[in-house]
Amino acid sequence: MHKIAANAIDWKAVRQDFPILGEQAHGHPLIYFDSAATSQKPRAVIDALRNFYEHDNANVHRGLHTLSSRATEAYEKARQRVADYIGAASAEEIVFTRGTTESINLVAQTWGGKFISEGDVILLTVMEHHSNLVPWQLLAERTGARLRFVPVRDDGTLELEKLSSLLTPEVKLFAFTYISNSLGTINPVAELCEKAHSIGALTLVDAAQSIGHLPFNVRELGCDLLAFSGHKMCGPTGIGVLYGRAELLDSMPPWHGGGEMIVSVTLEKSTFKKTPHRFEGGTPNIAGAIGLAAAIDYIEGIGRPAIFEHDSQLARYAAERLTELPGTRILGPSGERGALVGFVMDAAHPHDLTTFADQYGLAMRGGHHCNQPLMRRFGVSGTTRASFYFYNTTEEIDRMIEILHAAVRFFS
Amino acid sequence: MFRFAQCDNRVRGAFVFMIPEIEELYQEVILDHSRRPRNFGELPDAAVRVHGDNPACGDEIHLAVKFDAGGGLEDIKFSGHGCAISQASASLMTMKLKGKSRAEVMKMLRAFHDLVTEGTSEAPKALGDLRVMQGVRKFPQRVKCAMLAWRAVEQALEQGVGEATVSTELA
Repeated sequence: MHKIAANAIDWKAVRQDFPILGEQAHGHPLIYFDSAATSQKPRAVIDALRNFYEHDNANVHRGLHTLSSRATEAYEKARQRVADYIGAASAEEIVFTRGTTESINLVAQTWGGKFISEGDVILLTVMEHHSNLVPWQLLAERTGARLRFVPVRDDGTLELEKLSSLLTPEVKLFAFTYISNSLGTINPVAELCEKAHSIGALTLVDAAQSIGHLPFNVRELGCDLLAFSGHKMCGPTGIGVLYGRAELLDSMPPWHGGGEMIVSVTLEKSTFKKTPHRFEGGTPNIAGAIGLAAAIDYIEGIGRPAIFEHDSQLARYAAERLTELPGTRILGPSGERGALVGFVMDAAHPHDLTTFADQYGLAMRGGHHCNQPLMRRFGVSGTTRASFYFYNTTEEIDRMIEILHAAVRFFS
Repeated sequence: MFRFAQCDNRVRGAFVFMIPEIEELYQEVILDHSRRPRNFGELPDAAVRVHGDNPACGDEIHLAVKFDAGGGLEDIKFSGHGCAISQASASLMTMKLKGKSRAEVMKMLRAFHDLVTEGTSEAPKALGDLRVMQGVRKFPQRVKCAMLAWRAVEQALEQGVGEATVSTELA
């Protein structure tokens, strides 16, 4: 069924929706293989931002004038759009943040500050992005809690057989990524949530790499909290989301104090709004939220099943073709993978490779990808990563392979 | 002006032209030093050892220096791993600095930094072979790679004895 969906779409025409794909780099047509870092933006999103600033711009929830009403309505409609997109029970479960990192820090500081104390354990995995590791390290330092990690197998999957011994009653939260940003591993989220819940732990899913690629529903996954960024799913930078089950968010104390998040303020004390507004102190990223809603509309216009089918085909094709290159090691699972492939080559360091490739208009990322512990786990200082989105083509991957062949000859 | 990279015959239509900027950055001397770094290894009687790292990319250098009676660099060796630029820079640096006085090293360090960062200045003749690193100036993201070994030697001079660490990022 998914195959039909992917084949029914004119992917070449979809490319025309992205003005930036007409750019050149060093005199070559741009090949953008860095969408795992940030995706490009379709005209529809760029237009939504422009429209907002040209026609509706005002602050939200405070002015009684026409523009403020329009801005407030658009902002709250965006919240509902996000709720529908991820299958949340209501818009009240959607908190707008700056991105995945801020969403996770919000949880670590508010929920963690209230509910975590010495002796408690936060369970993570070795494949977490620094944004789902460092906030917990800071919390552990503050509270005396401990961190524990699910190891990663050589094939890039989690050692699930270790889970039952790691999930002891001290574990209060299991926070893990949906798709690894370095390995492409797609974790079995529903299964992980179920196991964590069976011992009474809460779950937080880092959905940064899956939100624009995979169809999913938070209630089917069974997660308690979920974080993602808008800019990796065709949306603007500076807008992201924390999803939380309503009663869980309600139990968390406010975070940033200021305007917008209060009910009443005296010189001595304040009372706070309900969720989600109690977590949105200060003027929010109004245009960002509206741009995110436009990105969701755009993605849903294509359909996530078709996008996933297309992207994972590209990733599998790239992984397969990379094996043609001498002295090349591909990280991550051999079968199904997310829309990226990380690799190391004997011939050249990732930074030399990416500098070389850039001269041919090919944008890849070289380095540790905010995954230093994972790099150490695999005995490398960094990798070269090619990451894809639905606007990429197999012809671009063929070109990448040609450029990498040239790099091997040049550096060997 | 252009030359073909010798591409694998299995690749269809593989005309990947070599690009002048790439050849300027990765000059033959640099590739040679990155493949076969000189003064690479241990220095058992070193007075000072500096561990340098570039956390942005994971490159590491272990620099060992032995001083002569006048405080000059009697011997210098390095080990570690990193990109072609950082390895070649370290290799070329050790060749250049061996036998130099402190003052000469510091002068050389400043001249080298200018070489890889300033767009206009003429490369001083005193830098000799190091001038092959001039191509780095067109690649600002790679300046830290070229400077890693030099930051380590600067730290070695400052420290004088024992062990030290240095990073391209300020902690």
